[in-house]
Parts: sequence; structure tokens; C-alpha cells
Amino acid sequence: MANNVAEFRTCPRTGLQFHKSAETLIKANAVAAVVALLVGGILALLVVLTRWQAVHIIDAENFYMVLTAHGLDMLAYWIIFFEIAVLYFCSSTLLRSRLATPALGWVAFWLMLGGAVLNNVAVFRGDSSVMFTSYVPLPANPMFYLGLILFAVGALIGCFIFLGTLVVARAERTYEGSIPLVTFGALTACIIAIFTIASGAIILIPTFLWSIGYISHIDPLMYRLVWWGFGHSSQQINVSAHVAVWYAIAAIVFGAKPMSERVSRVAFTLYILFLQLASAHHLLADPGVSTEWKVFNTSYAMYLAVLASMIHGLTVPGAIEVAQREKGFTKGLFEWIRKAPWGNPVFSGMFISLLGFGFLGGISGVMMGTEQLNMLIHNTIYVPGHFHATVVIGTTLAFMSLTYFLIPTLFNREVIMPGLAKWQPYLFGLGMAVFVLAMMGAGTLGVPRRHWDITFAGAALPYEFPGTAWLMLAIMGISGLVAIVGGAAYILITVGSLLWGKKLESGAYSTKGTVLRMPVATAITGHGSAGFAAPGTFVFALVFLAAFVLYYFVNWKYLSTVWGLS
Amino acid sequence: MSAIQPPAQRVWWKQPVHKEEILWIVIAFAWCLVMFFMMPYWHVYGKQNLSSETYRVTPALFQKAAEEMVAKYTVRTETDEKIPVVHPPAGADIYLIARLWAWWPILELEQGKTYRLHVTAMDYQHGFSLQPENINVQVLPGYEHVITVTPNRAGTYSILCNEFCGIGHHKMVSKLYVK
Repeated sequence: MANNVAEFRTCPRTGLQFHKSAETLIKANAVAAVVALLVGGILALLVVLTRWQAVHIIDAENFYMVLTAHGLDMLAYWIIFFEIAVLYFCSSTLLRSRLATPALGWVAFWLMLGGAVLNNVAVFRGDSSVMFTSYVPLPANPMFYLGLILFAVGALIGCFIFLGTLVVARAERTYEGSIPLVTFGALTACIIAIFTIASGAIILIPTFLWSIGYISHIDPLMYRLVWWGFGHSSQQINVSAHVAVWYAIAAIVFGAKPMSERVSRVAFTLYILFLQLASAHHLLADPGVSTEWKVFNTSYAMYLAVLASMIHGLTVPGAIEVAQREKGFTKGLFEWIRKAPWGNPVFSGMFISLLGFGFLGGISGVMMGTEQLNMLIHNTIYVPGHFHATVVIGTTLAFMSLTYFLIPTLFNREVIMPGLAKWQPYLFGLGMAVFVLAMMGAGTLGVPRRHWDITFAGAALPYEFPGTAWLMLAIMGISGLVAIVGGAAYILITVGSLLWGKKLESGAYSTKGTVLRMPVATAITGHGSAGFAAPGTFVFALVFLAAFVLYYFVNWKYLSTVWGLS
Repeated sequence: MSAIQPPAQRVWWKQPVHKEEILWIVIAFAWCLVMFFMMPYWHVYGKQNLSSETYRVTPALFQKAAEEMVAKYTVRTETDEKIPVVHPPAGADIYLIARLWAWWPILELEQGKTYRLHVTAMDYQHGFSLQPENINVQVLPGYEHVITVTPNRAGTYSILCNEFCGIGHHKMVSKLYVK
């Protein structure tokens, strides 16, 4: 029985217990993720320097190729490799269990890696510049779809290993009580991932068959409908995963416990129930789908998920506030946040991620997902502005902050260049925030996304964008460079620490695992009492709501001035 | 004790919930309801709602309809390519073709008048982006989308393509006049 040979070590600094086979797999997936981030980051530099119209560095053909690869390497390979690492960590490590079927974990890893490489090869051959979305009937090389399919199959196996590990942990009683909230969040991500990958298979397999001539026609609207079940839902995996990471970091840095388990878990459940169909908002400007369908799927499906995000937006900082107040930071409304460890990149990155995701990504996303308002920004550069706030500031920065915790814990190395590490989340997060705002500004002026040249050189008829649009693209270019420097610093620190960081004691391996005990319940003052336990957070939440309401209605006002349409 | 450990109570779902959590959930849910009602409300009282009137169409059929309109209502041509400018009467069905990499023909409309704009793509997916008005609609091959438009300001507008459609994507620009 595998259980008899499973080897564990306990990290002397954190008390976390690592299963040896799981540990190696987590490392492999995390390293693959960082390599993808490096490739995607170099491509980001070329994209930014081309869309910055005054610089405009590469030609059209290369631009569309590079943009396609940038999307795939970042959105698919960096994030999903890292998520598989997070899934293994949240099951095996947090539950102190052996990982189910590590051998299959390697099959998953090599499938994912092979798929990612194949897909990249297809793109860099130059005959698959079809963007991340690969909308039919725009043709790509069959290898393009095949690579994606292999990658997805690998990721799917990873999801089932996660579920298997939960079963093993329960059967072998490696923990008491219910699974921790962070593992519950990872479970949410895993369930959404299975739905997502199934949608991807349903559309990418026929598209692959179409690309080799087995199927004559793929309906473009059907493609969009099903593809977005994959394309958008994969972003919901990210949301669930990075919210779980927020909770984890709040627990790691502050020892914060969830304000109430029930509220946070119900919020995750809302993601599972309602988030996926929200992908309908990609079809709000499409022909062929009815108004009722659009309204139903964006409101019923999306707003209940928005509600869930708004809940996490309160409960994550709320948990930090409660923990800080218990430590004695009780002065006024905001002492707990002023005295937070802003120099610790694990915390600062996580908090910037939370703010950026909520204020920039969340508000813009809901505005875009409103049936009529969508017409104002559909396919403009506003859209990548929005999702750079969600997946770059939100997901990527959350994963970066977790990395600073994982380097000493998982890799047993000291983080090199602590001074740079301290600044890295600010460079990356704030650079990205300005970048995102500039993109949204340009999008509001109508600048299209995925567009090589807004001077329209060589077009039969001219169009000139106002000077403000050029200014916005310049701001986007400069702040994009700042963010890229921040991203490069992350890679330098991570890779450097793994290679040259001071080795730390890792704890000896033994075949005996320990059981994760339920913490002793303490009578906590403030729980359910008459006063607020986290008044500062509540004020933040109200500020957020005010910004949300204001921005939402400003856009309706803008819509009311455009041409009548019916 | 923390989010990476099991809940402190075995029966955690009976643990009392914080006051601010309840209050925030109520406020956030109310706000979600407001956002939901805004969409149907705008369908009744607002003037900018995207039509969902759509027909299946073949490129040849649509081309024929567009050519008939051009034959009837062309007032002049523009550029060396002699792109026809059509000035259809108010209330007319007008046809706009999106193809690699041009919009055809050029439309000339009248302010305050209403038209039924038919639009489709002949090859790949395209994006109808009216600038500087900033109205953006997806255009799919095989689907004829009929949008009722009422231009509310005179001027010279441009139609850009904002769905990536290949190497000449950035050259896909046309004009639209409102008199």
C-alpha cells in the first residue's frame, strides 16, 4: 500500500507537513509556471511597445503572433500550472495527507508541458495567429488545438488527483473536523475547473477535427457560446484560487481565522453554482441570442457570483482586521491596516491584489457585463484593461505573494535580495493599476483591442483618434514597462533564490505523518456581540460600494447620449 | 484556528455570523437587484437597446440584397476604389457588408431618421465599431443582424473593425455620414 512508503517532512519554520512525492510535483508545476511567466513577460514587452502607438516596435504579422502567444502563455500556462501546484498544496500539504497517485501526477505534468510546448510551437511557426480565443472560421494549425487539448487533459488529471487526495485524507483520517476554508476554496476552483475543461473539450475537439478536414463547418456563434464556457470559466478558476490564496495569506501572516466559516463557505458555493454561466456576457453584443437570454444569464448567473466576490471582499480584510485588533491594534478605525506589515511582500502583494481586483477588475467587469452598457466597450481595449485588473493584479500578484512564502517553506531557500522583494509587489501592482486605468481610458475613447495600428496606415479611408487616446496609450506603455520591471524582479528573485538562496533546514523525512488536529475553540470576544468586530473594513466596503454605484450610473448616463438603437 | 486549519467548531455552520457580514450581504444583494432591474428598465424606458433580430443568411444572398440597395440609392463614389456612397430614404432597409478587409458600401443617413441596418460578415468574424460614437457590435458570418438605428447627431463617423480578422485587420475602416 502506497501509504506505507509515503515519506513526510515537517517544515521547521511553519509546521506544515509535506509529502515527498507531492512536494516534488508542486515544485515541478510551480517552476513550469514561472518559466511560462518569463516567456509571457518577454512577449508582454513587445506587445506593450507596439501598442504604445508612438513607439510601435514590431510589424503587424509579428504583433499578432506575439499577442497570441502572450495570451496563451500567461492566461493558460502560467496560471494553470501554478493552480495545479496550489491544488496539490491545498490538499496534500494542508490536510497532511499523502497525494493520491503521484505517478499520475507526473503523467498530468508531462501532458500539460507537452501540450503547452506544442501549442507554442504552432504559434511561433507563424500560421496560428488566431489569438487566445481562436474564433472560427479563423484557421490555425491543427497542432495549435492539439496542444491545448493535451494541456487540458493534463490539467483535468491534476483536478482528479486533488479530489482523490481529499478522499484519501478523509479515509486515512489525516485531519479532524471539516476541511480548512482554504482547501474548500481550492475545491471550488477544482469543481469549476472540471466544468471549464469539459467545455473546452466540447468545442476544441471538433475544432481540431475541423482544422484537419474531418468536419466541414463549425458555427461561429455556437463556437463563441461553448468556447466562453471554457475561456471565461477558466478565469473563475483563477478567482476561486486567488481568493483561497488571500485567505491563506491572511492566515499565514496574521493567523487570521475566517470571520465566520459559514459566510465564507457559502460565498465559495455561490461561485460554484452561478459563476460559470456568467460567460454569457461575452455574447452581449452578438446576433442570434435573445435579449431575455442575455439578461437572465448575466443577472441571475453573474450577480450572485458578484455578491460572492463582494462578500469575500469584506471577509478577507475583515478577518485580518479582527486578528490585528486581537493583537492590540485597536486605535480608531484604521490602526490595524496602518500597522500591517507593508514591507512584507507576502502581505503587501496580497492586499494590492485584493484592492486591484475589487476596485478595478470587479467594478469594470460588472459594468461590462450589463447588457446595454456592453455596447460601449465591446472589443475595445477596455476589455483587456478589465481582465489585466482581474488576472494580473488579482490572480498573478496573489500567486506572486504566495511564492515569497513558498520559497522558504517548500524550496527551503532564503529569499535573495529582500530589499527588491519588498518593492516588487508595489512596482508590479501599482504599475499594473495605472496600466489598467489607461487601457480603460483608451477603450472608453473607442480604441480597439487586438489592433496593430490605430493610425490605420494603408486603409482606404482614414480615421483619427483624438490626442487623448494617444496619451492614454503612452501612459499604458510607460506603466506597462514599470509592471514588466516588477515582473522581471519577481522572476529574478524566485529563480535566484532557488539557485543561490541560502539553504534552510528542511526537516528530516520520515514515514510517519501527523494528524491535523482541530484547533481548540476559544471564547472570542466580539463574535456575535453588539458591536462591529471589523468596523474599519466595513467603512472600506462602503467606500467601495459608493465607487461602484457612481461608476455604474456614469456609464448609463454616457449610454443615454449615443444613437438610438432598438 | 485559522483559514488553513479545520474550523474550530465541528458544527461550524451554527457559529454566529458577524453583524457587519449580515449587513453587508443585505446591502450587496440589494445592489445586485438594482443592477438586475436596470436592464429590463432600460428596455422599457431607455433608447439604446441592441436588437436581437437575426436571420440565417448566406454570403451570396446578402451580397445580392446589398447590391440591389447600392444600385438604387448610390449618390456618389469615394476613393480610387470607387466605393459607392448610398443615401437611402428614411425607414429603409440598409445593408452593410463586413469582409476582409473592408466595409461595403458607405452609408449616408439623415439625423433623427430611423433605419433598419442589416449587417453580416462574408468570411471571418468582424467587429462593427462606430467612432467616435463608440457603439460596438459583433458581426458573425452566417448571421444577418438587423439593428434599428436612429442617428441623433449630424457628422462624419467612421466604422472600424474591432474583432481581429487577420493581417489586414487594421486597414478595415469605413465612413458613415449623417446629414
